[in-house]
Amino acid sequence: MAALTIAAGTGNWFSALALGVTLLKCLLIPTYHSTDFEVHRNWLAITHSLPISQWYYEATSEWTLDYPPFFAWFEYILSHVAKYFDQEMLNVRNLNYSSSRTLLFQRFSVIFMDVLFVYAVHECCKCIDGKKVGKELTEKPKFILSVLLLWNFGLLIVDHIHFQYNGFLFGLMLLSIARLFQKRHMEGAFLFAVLLHFKHIYLYVAPAYGVYLLRSYCFTANKPDGSIRWNSFSFVRVISLGLVVFLVSALSLGPFLALNQLPQVFSRLFPFKRGLCHAYWAPNFWALYNGLDKVLSVIGLKLKFLDPNNIPKASMTSGLVQQFQHTVLPSVTPLATLICTLIAILPSIFCLWFKPQGPRGFLRCLTLCALSSFMFGWHVHEKAILLAILPMSLLSVQKAGDASIFLILTTTGHYSLFPLLFTAPELPIKILLMLLFTIYSISSLKTLFRKEKPLFNWMETFYLLGLGPLEVCCEFVFPFTSWKVKYPFLPLLLTSVYCAVGITYAWFKLYVSVLIDPPVGKTKKQ
Amino acid sequence: MEKWYLMTIVVLIGLTVRWTVSLNSYSGAGKPPMFGDYEAQRHWQEITFNLPVKQWYFNSSDNNLQYWGLDYPPLTAYHSLLCAYVAKFINPDWIALHTSRGFESQAHKLFMRTTVLIADLLIYIPAVVLYCCCLKDISTKKKIANALCILLYPGLILIDYGHFQYNSVSLGFALWGVLGVSCDWDLLGSLAFCLAINYKQMELYHSLPFFCFLLGKCFKKGLKGKGFVLLVKLACTVVASFVLCWLPFFTEREQTLQVLRRLFPVDRGLFEDKVANIWCSFNVFLKIRDILPRHIQLIMSFCFTFLSLLPACIKLILQPSSKGFKFTLVSCALSFFLFSFQVHEKSILLVSLPVCLVLSEIPFMSTWFLLVSTFSLLPLLLKDELLMPSVVTTMAFFIACVTSFSIFEKTSEEELQLKSFSISVRKYLPCFTFLSRMIQYLFLISVITMVLLTLTTVTLDPPQKLPDLFSVLVCFVSCLNFLFFLVYFNIIIMWDSKSGRNQKKIT
Repeated sequence: MAALTIAAGTGNWFSALALGVTLLKCLLIPTYHSTDFEVHRNWLAITHSLPISQWYYEATSEWTLDYPPFFAWFEYILSHVAKYFDQEMLNVRNLNYSSSRTLLFQRFSVIFMDVLFVYAVHECCKCIDGKKVGKELTEKPKFILSVLLLWNFGLLIVDHIHFQYNGFLFGLMLLSIARLFQKRHMEGAFLFAVLLHFKHIYLYVAPAYGVYLLRSYCFTANKPDGSIRWNSFSFVRVISLGLVVFLVSALSLGPFLALNQLPQVFSRLFPFKRGLCHAYWAPNFWALYNGLDKVLSVIGLKLKFLDPNNIPKASMTSGLVQQFQHTVLPSVTPLATLICTLIAILPSIFCLWFKPQGPRGFLRCLTLCALSSFMFGWHVHEKAILLAILPMSLLSVQKAGDASIFLILTTTGHYSLFPLLFTAPELPIKILLMLLFTIYSISSLKTLFRKEKPLFNWMETFYLLGLGPLEVCCEFVFPFTSWKVKYPFLPLLLTSVYCAVGITYAWFKLYVSVLIDPPVGKTKKQ
Repeated sequence: MEKWYLMTIVVLIGLTVRWTVSLNSYSGAGKPPMFGDYEAQRHWQEITFNLPVKQWYFNSSDNNLQYWGLDYPPLTAYHSLLCAYVAKFINPDWIALHTSRGFESQAHKLFMRTTVLIADLLIYIPAVVLYCCCLKDISTKKKIANALCILLYPGLILIDYGHFQYNSVSLGFALWGVLGVSCDWDLLGSLAFCLAINYKQMELYHSLPFFCFLLGKCFKKGLKGKGFVLLVKLACTVVASFVLCWLPFFTEREQTLQVLRRLFPVDRGLFEDKVANIWCSFNVFLKIRDILPRHIQLIMSFCFTFLSLLPACIKLILQPSSKGFKFTLVSCALSFFLFSFQVHEKSILLVSLPVCLVLSEIPFMSTWFLLVSTFSLLPLLLKDELLMPSVVTTMAFFIACVTSFSIFEKTSEEELQLKSFSISVRKYLPCFTFLSRMIQYLFLISVITMVLLTLTTVTLDPPQKLPDLFSVLVCFVSCLNFLFFLVYFNIIIMWDSKSGRNQKKIT
């Protein structure tokens, strides 16, 4: 009985939270899954049945392998478990194969890999300073943080309904962040290098890592005013960091270098032939840009400034990934987005270099990097917003200002994921889970910071409340109106533009707060 | 309440679990010619919508009673009619007379599931939330935890959202009844309970405690003064609500009799399928159904039921208290389930509801009972291909109970409410000190048996000679557990007031 007590953990809230969400994930197994399910099945088949030299050349299915080598190896390992479930799913020619055993195996592999995420969250909770420990368990920052991370709405629907393996990847990222907090810099760098070779989207936040490690690890001391002491530079540390990154990359890319396939691998990893925006515009700067273009073209047509015959007919959100010609505004090239992204990232990097604020400053810079690339990147997926939301959760439980930005960012970011699930049976699930997460995050953070000024001003409150009517219009009213046939893309456009406003606002507000925040030395004096 | 947001979260979790379970299969999916309870409910919509009220319960060329004939009281029929109007609005094919038989489609499943969710959201869930808010002597946090556990009870979720039934409506009305009666809104309480009976006749399992409790209240107020007024008022409420529900059927005597015949199908035998009650378990050793004539079976089951619930009911009349009322609800429903005539395996939900209500008072025993009750539904759930959601929701429920009540620390005699019982036993048997440990071991044995039996049922094929071996075993084991619980709850009821009186003497 005693063993049972310990195992079940009386009062051990963390394991209860983790187990609870795991069970919820199990309940989500029969839900709708997107083509990503077939993508991953195909990768299982490719890595299982073909030699390494074929991995990045195989193109029977349209869903070719376009993740870095570590992920391919991960699929390779999975496939050796998969063969005990159903041998058929490992056949490259078996397109769109989804037996019930395949479904079970793939879903459970995601759930099982989330163990790493749970461990990472556990480690992150240790890094949160518990100064403001209230009497109630539910008011402790650690408790709130673990709910915000473990029960994250975006991660739940993207991984366990839509189907992807983001859980353990974010686990790696959070774990490396936690290691940096714990001053175990080498481990942190190693984990992040590994992560990069699992999924290259994390390159977005690499600048923050690079600068932080260089500034706060390779330079061992600061001047009293917080500025850099150039003679404290440690060559041993730089070299060891470089060695770690180099070794990891060699392990990952080495075999393909030996096979002389690197160009092919990179052409798969960075497909610039895709359009500026995904089929559904991610709510970023380009969504606003496209929206403005639409509005201008409609006004232009009304006022007869534009010739209807010169306007390209393809509507942007018709569901296909395609090049899109802007009608009024100049078209955007990949290079332009790259420059915009770099310009957007630079100030935060400068901040990290000139006003080092320890791991917290790093975390804010990381969030800004992720958000800025989301704002201006080429062919950004709406799912990439999680890259900003999850690290930002760590900040939100420590400072009221960050909490308010976090809430705006999360709520709009999560809402912008709604179009991922468009089937009727999943409609209640996404609404319920969204309400669950949003109500919890807002209420708990409000309780946590109840002694400080209110988290939202009237404008922000109004904006967030507006999401409710927007959802009602888009999914309950619009399908019954006559516009459904004429403008089928209108709900997506509205959602995208509305959310883009909120995310841009959050990005801007976070930037301002980072830039005007005094360096750590001065705050201590105060 | 300052923690309103946590209560909202709890309700949202309950709703999410309900909806995710409803994505799974339902009873009789794709199994012509009879299908299952899902088709029964759809068929009732078809019948009530297309036929005049007078023909609902009668066999005719348009209404074949052999094919899922209406056998629930009028309120169910009205509910079906209401749903049918909505169905007609969405897609008339769903309820077309004759041609819609066995209609199945994704959209229709979605519609049916939604009707369950809406009924649940309107009746059962508010009752649970209000009940937990009205609990006395416990902290807000405990109230919320209590609501979470009740809303996560897997039995009800799996039967309503997996198998497909509308138990949350009748149970919800019964819960409103309990709520009303315990808060001294006796008239509203009895009205709600009448609605429950008129939705599902199985609610009669709860009727005796209601009757005894209200009668006891009248006695307490003095039958010559206020008590008599209350009694008359109650009688009027009950009669009026029944008359209202049955109005279309009171026009002719034959109508009323036919409905009653449909509600109480005496000729269907002592039990059907596999039920975890005494008769079905006893059937393993002796085929009572074939040996005894039907009327003897009827009398026998009546006598057993009556005798087993008599002590608790008398106690309740003499000493009406809302705590005693809840415990008597449990023991009466359990007696009915174990001994009465024509019991379905799903009727265990009628026992589970009052057990959920005493969850905060005896968390250890209630959790145990609720686990056993879910386990007893295993054969049914396996038939409906609901293994995965059953296992998951059961584990979720168990974790919720363990974390919110730390049940393993609440196994002392005091917390099992067996203190006064063991004191009185110790007068004769001084060495009787092992009760609490014994119950812990029993719990372990019971849980291990349930887990092992579930595993064997799922993984092994039964021997060819005994195709029902595992389901009979499941029923037998659950029945043994239930008998133990019947004894336990009766002990609590019998010894409870004594300790109360002792305390009064001391203070």
